[in-house]
Amino acid sequence: MTGISIRYRAALALARALAWASRHLLHRGGNVIGGAVMLRLAGGGIAAKARRHRITIVTGTNGKSTTTAMITAALRVRGAVDTNADGSNTSHGLAWCVATAKAHEIVLEVDESWLPWAVDTFGPAAAVLLNLTRDQLHRRPEIQPMAAAWRTALQAVPCAVAVAEDPAVVWAAYGARRTEFASTGDGWTSDTVLCPQCGEVLHDRREVWACNCGLTMPAATVEIRDQRIVVDGQDLGIYERLPGHVNVVNAAVALAATRDQVEPTRALAAIAEQVGDVAGRYRDVTVEGRRTRLLLAKNPAGWQAVLGMLREGASILLVFSAEGVDGRDTTWLYDVSFEGLRGRPTAVAGQRGTDLAVRLHLDGIDVGDLHRSVRSALMALPEGEVDVVATYASFQTVRRELHVA
Amino acid sequence: MPDLTVAIVYPELLGLYADRGNAIALRHRAELRGLSCEVRDIHLGEALPEAVDVYIIGGGEDAALGPAIRELRSQRALVGAPDRGAVVLGVCAGFQLLGRRLEAPDGSSVEGLGMLDIESRPLPDRRAVGEIAVQSPLLGELQGFENHRGDALLGEGVTPIGTVEHGVGNGHGNQEGAIDGNVVGTYLHGPALVRNPVFADYVLAGATGAELEPVEDELVERLRAERRAALVHERRGRRRRRW
Ligand SMILES: [Zn+2]
Repeated sequence: MTGISIRYRAALALARALAWASRHLLHRGGNVIGGAVMLRLAGGGIAAKARRHRITIVTGTNGKSTTTAMITAALRVRGAVDTNADGSNTSHGLAWCVATAKAHEIVLEVDESWLPWAVDTFGPAAAVLLNLTRDQLHRRPEIQPMAAAWRTALQAVPCAVAVAEDPAVVWAAYGARRTEFASTGDGWTSDTVLCPQCGEVLHDRREVWACNCGLTMPAATVEIRDQRIVVDGQDLGIYERLPGHVNVVNAAVALAATRDQVEPTRALAAIAEQVGDVAGRYRDVTVEGRRTRLLLAKNPAGWQAVLGMLREGASILLVFSAEGVDGRDTTWLYDVSFEGLRGRPTAVAGQRGTDLAVRLHLDGIDVGDLHRSVRSALMALPEGEVDVVATYASFQTVRRELHVA
Repeated sequence: MPDLTVAIVYPELLGLYADRGNAIALRHRAELRGLSCEVRDIHLGEALPEAVDVYIIGGGEDAALGPAIRELRSQRALVGAPDRGAVVLGVCAGFQLLGRRLEAPDGSSVEGLGMLDIESRPLPDRRAVGEIAVQSPLLGELQGFENHRGDALLGEGVTPIGTVEHGVGNGHGNQEGAIDGNVVGTYLHGPALVRNPVFADYVLAGATGAELEPVEDELVERLRAERRAALVHERRGRRRRRW
């Protein structure tokens, strides 16, 4: 191939060797080390290669892995697509995905904080913004500065796709040259009542939000009406493969992001058919008579959404930790209502399980003994359906202990 | 009529740090004594009612402080609360806005509600984030989580809640929080009253004017013991790394 320097090829060979060694000798992921080497030795080469692809980046506090998988599935209707399905969504993982991509089309899940870097480095054709809610308050105590950083970065992006109900992402999206909006049908939903544009309290926070400064909820091309997905006025029917309203929203956003490339009816069919589990989430695994389904929740909005997805009659296993990427703060448990779990068999495990047990206790739910291992907590529940909800670090423990690949 | 009414003031503006946890803790501790307790959210634009026993004013984004103070100043119910025997609990930003004056990170300054004799300014170097442990002559050992960049300077009219043993608290002098009768301010986050039943009971006793018999909550004590051990462990690790 012309246009690729010897330096780039040498760096890629070295990076591949190190990635292989990391995987086979250290039994770790190889993408991060591979990406680190590429950025160090051939950063310019990656930026140049990125510009020969068509790249869509997907970010937001919640739903970015799932929406990335959905956009990928939709675009695959037309041809090959590469993506960082392993969830390595900061510089090294992203660089590795782009460095090794063979397909013209690339869809990248990007960590919220890395969006400006990703725009700068890869020059994407489109950016998809899902939501900005409280998460990792110790690192990002305010939503507004993040929205401002996105807006500035997006000036270099031809098209931004965003959720119309969230003022922060709408305002950020307006940084791009063109915008496209999807509507959740839920009315104003946000963690902040402050207008991202002028800093005053939004004067209207009902179906349609609006601020006195003129920023107002935009019209959407993809909408959810009574659980049905409607694109440009055309009813495409109900999406129900992955559980919960948040996943209908993710599907609607994926359609908004792909509708000028793939006919929405075909895109929705592909999404429903191909996206059945996202890096182990929503996976069904049977362990000694317990038919478990794995759910991941990282922050208050995520927990509230997942608690709404629980199967009727299922027992509940909650695994809670505050280590590594979970952050060390557990106080946000009090922003989640657990009252809906009353009367269900519920067990708790995890490194910070006691924090969660106290939280449940105050909502009138007593979970009995605290368990050291996920497996013993699971065995304490009756046979039958068990919905397992875990924080990020705990989710990896659950997969390990229950042998979920 | 419930025996006790707890109001969460403007949760959409001042509820950033799980401040609902404090209301949940008060309800729990009240119910353990057979007292009924209603928790009410008072939203922006609603009049702040006077028939409230505990007002909870929580934490918010820096940008929320201006609008919050403007709203609260227009409400008489809060300033008159201590005279009616109600308790006002301010946490983080809520603590600061109960004070006389607040200085924002950008150097601008705004007048507070003047209910606590404190002034606050930004911490000079960085945000205070992490577990905090305090010894209080009034409330014993307090534990919690802090996440703020406020430095509260206490005047003559208030006493600190206690002495910081781990963490930052008010930002200097190893002090945490401020108390003036029924007005209490702290940097311990949202569920501080969950983690510290004695603190919750202090607020309840202030609001009801009644002596409360002690009630032990075994699960909470277990959490306290766990977090205490984790702090000791962390401190040992830090000392070892220094060698
Ligand atoms: Zn505005």
